[in-house]
Amino acid sequence: MVKDNPNIASHLRPILESVPDPEIPVLTILDLGMIREAVEVDGEVYVKLSPTYSGCPATDVISDDIKTAFKENNLLAHVEFVISPPWSTNWITEDGKRKMREYGIAPPLSESADKKALLDGEKIVPCTLCRSTNTHMVSQFGSTPCKALFKCDDCLEPFDYFKCLI
Amino acid sequence: MNKQALYDYILGVTDNSLILGQRLGELCGHGPSLETDIAITNIALDLLGQCRSYYQYAAKLKGGDTTEDSIAMLRKERDYVNVLLVEQPNEHFGYVIARQFLFDVFHLLQMQELQKSIDETLASIATKNIKETLYHTRFSSDWIKRLGDGTEESHVKIQEAINDLWPYTKELFQVTKADQEMINAGIGADVSKLEHAYYKQVAEVLEEATLQVPEGKYFHKGGKKGIHTEHMGPLLAELQYMQRTYPNMNW
Repeated sequence: MVKDNPNIASHLRPILESVPDPEIPVLTILDLGMIREAVEVDGEVYVKLSPTYSGCPATDVISDDIKTAFKENNLLAHVEFVISPPWSTNWITEDGKRKMREYGIAPPLSESADKKALLDGEKIVPCTLCRSTNTHMVSQFGSTPCKALFKCDDCLEPFDYFKCLI
Repeated sequence: MNKQALYDYILGVTDNSLILGQRLGELCGHGPSLETDIAITNIALDLLGQCRSYYQYAAKLKGGDTTEDSIAMLRKERDYVNVLLVEQPNEHFGYVIARQFLFDVFHLLQMQELQKSIDETLASIATKNIKETLYHTRFSSDWIKRLGDGTEESHVKIQEAINDLWPYTKELFQVTKADQEMINAGIGADVSKLEHAYYKQVAEVLEEATLQVPEGKYFHKGGKKGIHTEHMGPLLAELQYMQRTYPNMNW
C-alpha cells in the first residue's frame, strides 16, 4: 500500500478545498486524495493531480475547475496529471468516507472485505439508508465506473458502493 | 533506442483497446438489461481512458502536429494494428461476452508483464490498467459461467460464440518486428510467453461454465500487420466520421 503523503502548501489548501468532485459534489478533491502536490513557485501554482479511473470524464473538468479556482484568487495554476503511483481508494480521507455514506454511497471497505463482497457475495456492505448488511450486489458496474450497484434486501432500496481500487 | 519501433509497439498495444472500446460503445443504450448496458459502457470507458494515456505518449514521441486524436481517429485502415478478435461484430450478447472474456484474460496477463517495463511511462500506465482490467476480467468470466451453466438456450449460444471467436485467439501472442525490438530493450512485454498461461486460464473458466474448449487447429491472423477483416471498414467509418466530416473539431 502506497503511503498517502501529499505535498500541499498550507496556504493553497483552502482554494483546493473549494473544488468539489463534479459527480459527488459533497466531496472535495482533497477528500478523494486526488491532489498529490500543490506548491507556489514565483507567484504561479503547480498542481499534481492523480486521476482516479482511466476513463473518468470528470478528470478534465476537475483540472479546469482547479485552474478557475486559482484564477479567482489571482493565481495562475498549472495542472499536471500524475499516474505514478496510481490513485488508490486508500487515499480517500475518513471525513470523505463519512460524507460519502451520508450522501448515499457506501464507502469502500478494506481490500479483503471488498473482494469478499464483490466476488464471494458475502453480505457485509451496509445499506446507506437503513444500515442493514442484508444486501446483495446487483452489478459490478454502477452509475459510474468507480461504483458498483447494490440492493438492500431489508428496506428494498438500491444504493451505490464505491469500489476499492488499491 | 528506436523511437519509431517504440511508437509502433505502443500502437500495437493500444489499438486493441481502441477498437474493442468502439465495439462496446456501439451497445450504449442497446444492452440486454440496464445493468449489463451500464457495465459494458463502463468497460468501454475504461478502455478508451487507457488509450488516451498511451496515445498521448505516442503523440509526444512522434512530435509535429500529431495528437492523441489524430492517432486514434485519422489513420488509414492498414495503419491500425489491432488483433482481429476485437473488431469482430456484436452478433448477440454471447459474442459480446465471449469476445470480452477472450480478450480480458490476455489483457491482464499482458499488463502484468508490461508493468515490469524499464520505460516508466508504460510501466505506470500498465500498473493503473491492471486495477481496472481485473474488474473487466471478473465481469466477463462471471458472465461466461452464468451463460454456459445457465439455460439450454444460453449454453448453446455462448458455446457458438466461443467456437466462432476461438480462431482469433492465437494472434494475441504474435510478436512483430517492432515488438521484438522493444522486448530486447526491456521495454516491451513478450506476449509470446503468455500463450500457455492464457489457454490454461481460459480452459479453467470454460470448464467451470460446462462449456467445451474448441479443438480447431486453424487460427486467423493479419491484424497486427494492418490486414483486417471485412468488419474493419464500416467500424472505422463510424469511428472516424466526426473527425473526417469536421476536421480539427473540438468539443
